[in-house]
This record gives sequence, C-alpha cells and structure tokens, in this order.
Amino acid sequence: MKVMEGSGAIAEAVILARPQVIAAYPITPQTHIVEDLARAVVDGRLAAEFLTVESEHSAASAVLGASAAGVRTFTATSSQGLLYMSEVVFDIAGMRLPVVMAVANRALSGPLSIWNDHQDAMTMRDSGWIQIYAQTAQEAHDLQLLAYRVAEDPSVSLPVMVCVDGFVLTHAFEPVEPITDEQADLLLPPFAPLAVLDPADPKTFGAYAEPSIYTEARLAVDRAMSAAEPVYAQALHDLGIVAGRRYDPWFDRYRLDDAEVALIVMGTAAQTARIAIDRAREQGLRAGLLAPRLFRPFPSSEIREALAGVGRVVVMDRAVSLGAGGIVASEIRSALYGSPARVVGVIAGLGGRDVSIDTLERALRADTDAWIDAQEATT
Amino acid sequence: MNELHLIAPGHRACSGCGLLIGARLAIDAAGPNTVIANATGCLEVTTTAFPQSAWRVPWIHSVFGNAAAVATGVSAALRARGIDAPVIAQAGDGGTADIGLQALSGMLERGDDVLFISYDNEGYMNTGVQRSGSTPYDAATTTTPAGPFSSGNRHPKKDLIGIVLAHRPAYVATATPAYHKDLQRKVQRAVQMKGPRYLHVLVPCPVGWGFDPSQTIEVARLAVRSNLFPLGEWRDGEPVKIKKFAAPVSVDEYLRVQSRFAHLFAGEHGAKERALIQSTADAAARRYGLSIYQSVPVVAGQEG
Repeated sequence: MKVMEGSGAIAEAVILARPQVIAAYPITPQTHIVEDLARAVVDGRLAAEFLTVESEHSAASAVLGASAAGVRTFTATSSQGLLYMSEVVFDIAGMRLPVVMAVANRALSGPLSIWNDHQDAMTMRDSGWIQIYAQTAQEAHDLQLLAYRVAEDPSVSLPVMVCVDGFVLTHAFEPVEPITDEQADLLLPPFAPLAVLDPADPKTFGAYAEPSIYTEARLAVDRAMSAAEPVYAQALHDLGIVAGRRYDPWFDRYRLDDAEVALIVMGTAAQTARIAIDRAREQGLRAGLLAPRLFRPFPSSEIREALAGVGRVVVMDRAVSLGAGGIVASEIRSALYGSPARVVGVIAGLGGRDVSIDTLERALRADTDAWIDAQEATT
Repeated sequence: MNELHLIAPGHRACSGCGLLIGARLAIDAAGPNTVIANATGCLEVTTTAFPQSAWRVPWIHSVFGNAAAVATGVSAALRARGIDAPVIAQAGDGGTADIGLQALSGMLERGDDVLFISYDNEGYMNTGVQRSGSTPYDAATTTTPAGPFSSGNRHPKKDLIGIVLAHRPAYVATATPAYHKDLQRKVQRAVQMKGPRYLHVLVPCPVGWGFDPSQTIEVARLAVRSNLFPLGEWRDGEPVKIKKFAAPVSVDEYLRVQSRFAHLFAGEHGAKERALIQSTADAAARRYGLSIYQSVPVVAGQEG
C-alpha cells in the first residue's frame, strides 16, 4: 500500500501499460498526470516518445496517427482541451483506434472555471468512446490499466476515456495498492493491432463514405460498443482474481436492496453519498445509492433491474443539457421507461461547487427537478 | 521511375487537375516505402471513396487541420517500431496556410521527422472556390467576387514560404508540375533527409482559376516565368538555389489566361491593378536575384 496522488496513481497505471507514444498539451487539472509520465520517460522507467505538442487538437491527432501506425498510446486532457480536440475525438472512434485517454473532469467556459464538474466528458457522450467514471485513486489506477485491455480487444477496437474528478481525485492523496508488473502482464496482453500503416502492406485509413456506406460504418461502431460490455466485465472480473480487488462493472450499490429512494451520482461524490445515505436512514428515510461506473456503453437493463422496487429515483447530475435538464437523469428516465419508479433530476456540484453531505441529503429529499445548490438571488 | 504509379488511375479528380498531377509526381518520386498523412480536401475526396482507394502506399486521413500532427504521431510510432520509412504530410493551401497552420508550425518547431507537402491551388476548391489565405491579390472567388465595387480578393497571398523559413527547417522548396523533373528531384532530395521539411507545390485548378483543362501545365509554367512563383530551395532557412530564366514574361500573360482575373482586363482600374501585381513579381525577382520583366527593349546596363 502506498499513499499516492490521484494523478500519480493514473500515471503509474499508464507506465504499466507501456505505451510507446504519449502526446499531451498542458491544461489544469490534468497536468500532473502527464508531468509524471514525462518524468518516467526521462528517468528511463518508460520507453516512450513523449510529444510536447502545441495544442490538444494536435495531441489527439498525434495519438490517432501513432495508434494507426501500430503502437499503444496515451493522452490526457480536461475541459476546453477536450472540446478543442473534439473533432479528432469523434474521428478516433470512427476509425476504431484503441486510444486510451484520462479526462480530469472540469467545467466548461463560460464563465471560465478550472474546477470540477462533468460537463466536459458529458459533451463527448455521443463520440463513440467508452466512458468509465472512477470514484477513488485506487479505482482510477485499476481502470486506467484495464482501459487498454478493453480498447484493444479485437471484438471492441474502440477508444476509452477514463474520467476522474479534477482536483477532488487528481490532486488528492489516497492509499493505493499498486498493480505489480506481474499482475499487469496477466491483465493486459501485448498490443496486437487489427490493421496498421505499414509500407510492406499498404492500407488506406480514413477513407470518406458516401451515403451508401456511412450508416453501416456508424452501426459498426455502435455494435462494437455493445461488444465492449462483456469484455469490460471480464476485465474487471480478472482484476478481482489477479489482484483481489472486485468491482461491479456497471455500478456501485450501497444499501440499495430495500431502498424506497435511490440516489444516482457518478464519480467521487458517490463516496460522500454513502454518508448521506447512512444519515438519511438514521432519520427514517430508506435510502440507497447506485453509482454508475460505466457510462458508455450505458448499461440500461442492468440499471433497470437494480432499481426494481424503488419508488423514487433521484439523479444528481454534475453537468446539464441547458434547456433540457440533467444528462444522466435523461438516461435513467429512458432506462426506467414503463417502470413505476418516479425519476427526479437534480443539478448540483457545477464548476467546483462543493458536493457536501448536506447537498446529497437535500438531493435525497428532492421531489421535483431542481438546481439544488444554486443561490437563486444571484441568477 | 516506377512503371506502376503510386496513385492508381480511376480517381475522381477533374480533368486537367494540377493537384493530382503534382501529387502523383511527388509520391512516384518518394517511392513505395512512404507513409502519407493527408488533410481533408480535393486530394482526399477524389482518391479515397470507400471501398476504393487510389493509394498504393499506406495512407491516413483524419480531419482538415491536423495532417502535420497526425504525421508526427505516425513518425514517432514508426520510429518506435524500428521501421525506417519517410512520412509525408500533405494538404491543400487551406490545410496549410489557414486551418492547418498551427499544426504545421508545431511540427516544424519541434523538429519532427516529417516532409510536409502543400498543394497550393489558391483557394477552397473542394467546397466551391472560396477564398483562402493563399488566394492571390485580386483573384475572383465565390467569396471574393469581382464586381462594380470589387476587384476580387483584397488581401495579398499569405507568405507561407516566409512563415515556414522562420522555423529554419532542414529543407524548403517550391515546385510546380510544369517543371516535373525539378519537382521530382526536390521530393527525392527531401525524403532522403531527416527532420522537418517543407515542399510548396503550386497546382493550377482549371475549375477555380478558369482555364481550359488542356492548359494546366502552361498556366503553371507562366506562374513561374512571370516571377509570381519562383522555384527555389532553402536549407536550414537559407536560400541555396533559385531557378533563373533569361527573359521573364509579364504577369499579364499569366493573368490573361485565367477567368478569375478577367475583370482586370476591363477599364482603367484593371490596368492599375495589373501594374500593382507586376510590381509584386518584380519585387520577388529583385529579392531572389532574378531577371525583371522589361516592357521595352533592354537598355545596356539596366538589367540586373
């Protein structure tokens, strides 16, 4: 067991995966991850090309090119950086390149905010990237390595985004049990790309599609998303066997079995939510927690099954589809369509506003959609 | 040269397309042991309509503005895999001078091992002949039409060579398909070098410039012979060779054959504008030590 910064825990997992090309551009709060990797390269711990590119657009482009040329890659970003690379983010998925990226979740401009919420990654919801949300440094460490296993599986061949709360996770020090080299070798086979740029066997990547084929290309990505579910579940299962750490692949459950009200929240806030659940129960409210870990592909049927018998489901979104409400709430409403459960969507914890136990208790008691931590007088 | 061209026949470019002539000359000169990263544009859409591809070398296209950065990633990966093959990034003038300029600058500044080839047809031809930063002064395009209150594009052509040279890359050259041996020699020279390299190829566009498709090579030749597009080579930011001609032609001869400049041949204003364009050609000639166009017989001692 070691006490590690969240960013360091992520960087150590990346080092275990031995990517050969890393490209990154500085943006807070992602920077500590790539600083640690740059240090690992100059110290000789990691044999990789570290490309100090001039923008996130080029960071994504360089890992796209490197992945197509047959090597394992890594990049990391946050917020505006993720949006700046967004056209390439979509293209990486469309080209079925198994790029792995850490996203240190941060709010979007405007107004400018360097602090944590989930708006950046949520905005890439439809990009064709697998999205996993971690709650702790240990989980970020584990998922970051397993991300390569899922991305590179020949039945998947899709990029993976490991989402971690900016500052709250990336800059906090927590005890972490690092994966050993031997464990990593058991969990992650060497990269065997399906197709590569190679003069010995010339192939065209990124051809353009006429209406006669575009739909089928997009459908292939969607089917690969479905194929990712069992591969991802197997990877987490194997982690349990190899390292003894067992995660439910789809979501964490806490006191959910007899719950009359369920709180749904992703990321680090799900850790604090356990305390809010305990307090609510002390006050006579039979509350429970469901914290999604996998957001894309979205495990609708598993969530629907887990919430059977719950009367009220409160979804706390740390991002918003302006004019339409919470984004996760919308997914949960779809998943529960036809079920008697009533879904309430609350918005909280935007732009670094602290998600306190009190905030989460208020969420549990919410009866109508609301921005529960907003100060109305200042709007 | 290869009997088998590395761009296969059957691509979808317009007849007389200067871009496809230039690109085929270039890749044939580079040879089959080459990897290409291509920007969005005419070259991409005319050669890679899935499931067909005209490319007999490994080729990748991502988006409009990132050819240089994709090439940087490919180059790093090939190095990691121990594969020694030149990487060429290629883009049109939009993917070079405008939307691709930042990625190009980053690639040059970092010293990445990439040859960037810009195919300059002086506008956004793939989207219907709109103005780019590389469109020359006074050219009519669909976003800079000529009319009673306009003589076309109001801005001088962006000095890409100057911008690239400021990065002091290993090798810089200009070329056109009109001097095809010169173009191929420059590509062969460039692919044998390491580090960042840049080749700027002027490729006349019959549709966007308005000339008969049979005249592509002649139009390219006139661009060079009028001193509007000197052919040169630079190493480490310094000129090493500029192609010289004994008797340059007037810019009028070049402008007259293209409908995008037709408005310059009507009225007094047009004559003034043409004189202005001649003065830019003369300035280029002075800068590179080339002969200056003389409208009257040369007086002894005046030349040079």
